Amino acid sequence: MAWPEKQVPTTDASEKVSFGAGVFRRCDGCGETLAATELAAAFEVCPLCGQHHRLDADGWRKLLLDDGALDAWDTTLEPLDPLEFSDGKSYRDRVAIAQKKTKAREAIDIGGAALGGRPIAFGAFVFSFMGGSMGSVVGEKIARLFERAAAGGLPVVLLQASGGARMQEGILSLMQMAKAVAALERFRAKRLPFVSVLLHPTTGGVAASFAFLGDVNVAEPKALIGFAGARVIESTIRQTLPPGFQRAEFLIDHGMVDMIVPRTEMKATIGTVLDHLMRRQAPGSAPTA
Amino acid sequence: MAAFVLPFEKPVVDLVERVRELRVLSETDATLAPELARLEQETSRLARELFSDLTPIQKVQLSRHANRPYTLDYVKRLCTDFVELHGDRRFSDDPAIVGGLATYHGHSVVVVGHQKGRGTKENMKRNFGMPNPEGYRKAIRLYELADRFGLPILTFIDTPGAYPGIGAEERGQSEAIGAALAAMARVKVPIIASIVGEGGSGGALALGVANRVLVLEFGCYSVISPEGCAAILWKDGSRADEAAAALKVTAFDLLRLGIVEAVIDEPAGGAHQDYDEAARQLDAVLWPTLSALLALSPDALVDDRYDRFRRLGAFRS
Ligand SMILES: [Zn+2]
Repeated sequence: MAWPEKQVPTTDASEKVSFGAGVFRRCDGCGETLAATELAAAFEVCPLCGQHHRLDADGWRKLLLDDGALDAWDTTLEPLDPLEFSDGKSYRDRVAIAQKKTKAREAIDIGGAALGGRPIAFGAFVFSFMGGSMGSVVGEKIARLFERAAAGGLPVVLLQASGGARMQEGILSLMQMAKAVAALERFRAKRLPFVSVLLHPTTGGVAASFAFLGDVNVAEPKALIGFAGARVIESTIRQTLPPGFQRAEFLIDHGMVDMIVPRTEMKATIGTVLDHLMRRQAPGSAPTA
Repeated sequence: MAAFVLPFEKPVVDLVERVRELRVLSETDATLAPELARLEQETSRLARELFSDLTPIQKVQLSRHANRPYTLDYVKRLCTDFVELHGDRRFSDDPAIVGGLATYHGHSVVVVGHQKGRGTKENMKRNFGMPNPEGYRKAIRLYELADRFGLPILTFIDTPGAYPGIGAEERGQSEAIGAALAAMARVKVPIIASIVGEGGSGGALALGVANRVLVLEFGCYSVISPEGCAAILWKDGSRADEAAAALKVTAFDLLRLGIVEAVIDEPAGGAHQDYDEAARQLDAVLWPTLSALLALSPDALVDDRYDRFRRLGAFRS
């Protein structure tokens, strides 16, 4: 029945419209022509209308992490092809193509980092790698992220951007949802905070596992976030979906995220949340006055 | 039962019908016994032969068979003293998931299962076994109830998937499923999941984070329906047969991939030909499996479940 819907509407059409040899870009929000360097310097946020275009994993590291530095963990993990899956092109070939195109080994980076001087365990989906889909490697790395963070007493900040489970790994990709959530449960038992940052898009098996289980869920403006793909829903209910359906603003209206935070304020907001949740008081330590 | 017959099962269904008639006649005429025995054997042989050659998509069709026994059919046969419990205490009661308290081999247990309907009217009520968030929140409530009272949990998986609807999204389908996975990972009681029909993606997994997972011979489990997969890969839902083969969704695929611990034989012609026998076959594996888990401590059960899922995946480092 349900997922994953691959045709996710994009808000980064600007990257496809390049004119003047990539010197200028057109904003998806207001349509104004902007200097590409200006947009990049503003972490892909339009200075005129505030439209958030897609920021890649590299850009997010620079935006959130001190010195843009990530001490990356488990960088050598690569997928196998347990189903010998082929849809005309083999899964192995698809992985090789994605690796070449993105210069990434898989659809997630994890590691240790500092956010405003606070040590954290950090993870970020690489959406450009097969739509950020979750197969065995992604599931394993998320499990290790929570396990290492639990062992090291670190909070977790995880940036979600995924179309869902990776079909080419079949049922094993579904099992990654259970594996990752089980690891998250153990981490939670240590009473360490998990800040889940929902970027555009977060759908299917990633949405329906750990993405909404943050102690605090933060969404980006206009990000598409939901369980089922729009086409699947439309063909099931035979109705056109209302405007703004499954966007971040729809989610906050329905109580599913704590806040929508623009990119410019993301680092400071996460920092404040972590401070509150890590400033734990020993029992009986209340001031006596 | 209204007869619904898939084209490929016709020869077996005809034989099963004849066995049934002969069984009735032989109750009053003892001389028919040898003929009955011969026909039963013949039926079982033909069914095995015919069904051993089924394609993956035919097995998927069997897993969805309109006459197939559903959760409540099994609960009725496996358990006594069933008390159905309703509602998520937040919004409503979702009839696509049923659950409650029951006695199984002398033990009080909590049962939770997807429930499809028989006929149009009941199927409308049960939304064809596709739960809304309230179904998963009821399941969570029952998992936690089981945990508080130290009762083992038996789940029955049989759903096309979680319902993809506007209301489901508004009320947090994703969060409900995620929270159900977390609750199952957390509880300190034995959990056994039995895939009795369709195991449709995350909507099935929300009842599937168990210490042991069993699947009936013609049960299936998949990350996406073959039709949905074909629509995405080839923009052509009619190539579901190819997708079903590529996705490796059948019971023995699942066993080979380490997704399930055991495949349960079905009666000749499939579970829908003999509910009592289907339940007996399931019971023959379910009860020893539960007995073994009852020996584990609460913490050991959580660790056991953790290790089970922690191992699943295929990658090189
Ligand atoms: Zn603009």
